[in-house]
Amino acid sequence: MRFLDFFRSNKKTSATVAKERLQIIVARERSTRGGPDYLPLMKEELLLVVRKYVMIDESAVQVQLERDGDCEVLELNITLPEEEKEGV
Amino acid sequence: MAKVIVTTSGKGGVGKTTTSAAVATGLALRGYKTVVIDFDVGLRNLDLIMGCERRVVYDFVNVIRKESNLKQSLIKDKRVSDLYILPASQTRDKDTLDIDGVGRVIEELSEDFDYIVCDSPAGIERGAFMAMYFADEAIVVTNPEVSSVRDSDRILGLLASKTKRAENGQDPVKEHLLLTRYDPLRVEKGEMLSVEDVTEILAIPLLGVIPESKDVLQASNAGCPIILENETDAGQAYDDAVGRLLGEDINHRFIEVEKKGFFNKLRLFRS
Repeated sequence: MRFLDFFRSNKKTSATVAKERLQIIVARERSTRGGPDYLPLMKEELLLVVRKYVMIDESAVQVQLERDGDCEVLELNITLPEEEKEGV
Repeated sequence: MAKVIVTTSGKGGVGKTTTSAAVATGLALRGYKTVVIDFDVGLRNLDLIMGCERRVVYDFVNVIRKESNLKQSLIKDKRVSDLYILPASQTRDKDTLDIDGVGRVIEELSEDFDYIVCDSPAGIERGAFMAMYFADEAIVVTNPEVSSVRDSDRILGLLASKTKRAENGQDPVKEHLLLTRYDPLRVEKGEMLSVEDVTEILAIPLLGVIPESKDVLQASNAGCPIILENETDAGQAYDDAVGRLLGEDINHRFIEVEKKGFFNKLRLFRS
């Protein structure tokens, strides 16, 4: 199977697409699983605050809660749009 | 004390009831006194798969409500000794299952049985919670298909947080992946997620791979657990899975296209 894959490596199979999509969605769902209920609301409010200054899309705010033993790390990732970045 | 095993998946139609019937029958065939409980209140189906639908008098909800006792309600399998079925109620809604009632029935069964197999309904509602709550081990039935894998991952999250073991801080529920409806030919063509893909994403130990097989429908038509059709690939694959569940070290079969040569299989076993 792997031998054959070598020859068709330039063509993505539907199984490969399925795997990639699953890896992304499963990682995202795991990151919010068991997290506090206020996370989605907090994300909304953060979005409003940032929008006071820069117009950004909803998908530009990423909130992730990671657990490392007893320690919880809240990771906020806000992507600013290109033109705004240049202007500021 | 009995071991409680839940067969669960989140998604419907992936083979939970087929698996519950096969695993319970397999355990009984190996000499363990086993009962299989249908938790799908309102949509009873295990009785059909086990071929005992005409012998149902009392059901799980009757026992919970003390309208009948276990002796009256358990249906003894006619083919395999030490195998019993506790059917779901057909008439009442799912909310009739409560933790105390289910717990009491499981405790009572524990005194008499070696294994209690809980056949979960699809979804993540009350019936599914009740089926997993008392579990010591879980067989997560998954098809090599995006929605099934995603739902299985969701179920794994619930097993880790919403079970009695999780709530009491005991050892976690032991999870097993059972990949069903697997078609090695389509996997080879790149049309289907492979065993490796699914185990990589879900990251739990593989209990078995059941090949896509016409025999499964044939067996359900006849009301015969597929594991009793021991000349079929699917039946043998289930038998292997039951062996692994009991701790036996058995090589995985039916995961490569059959025309493959000996050396390919050897490589597969080693990896």
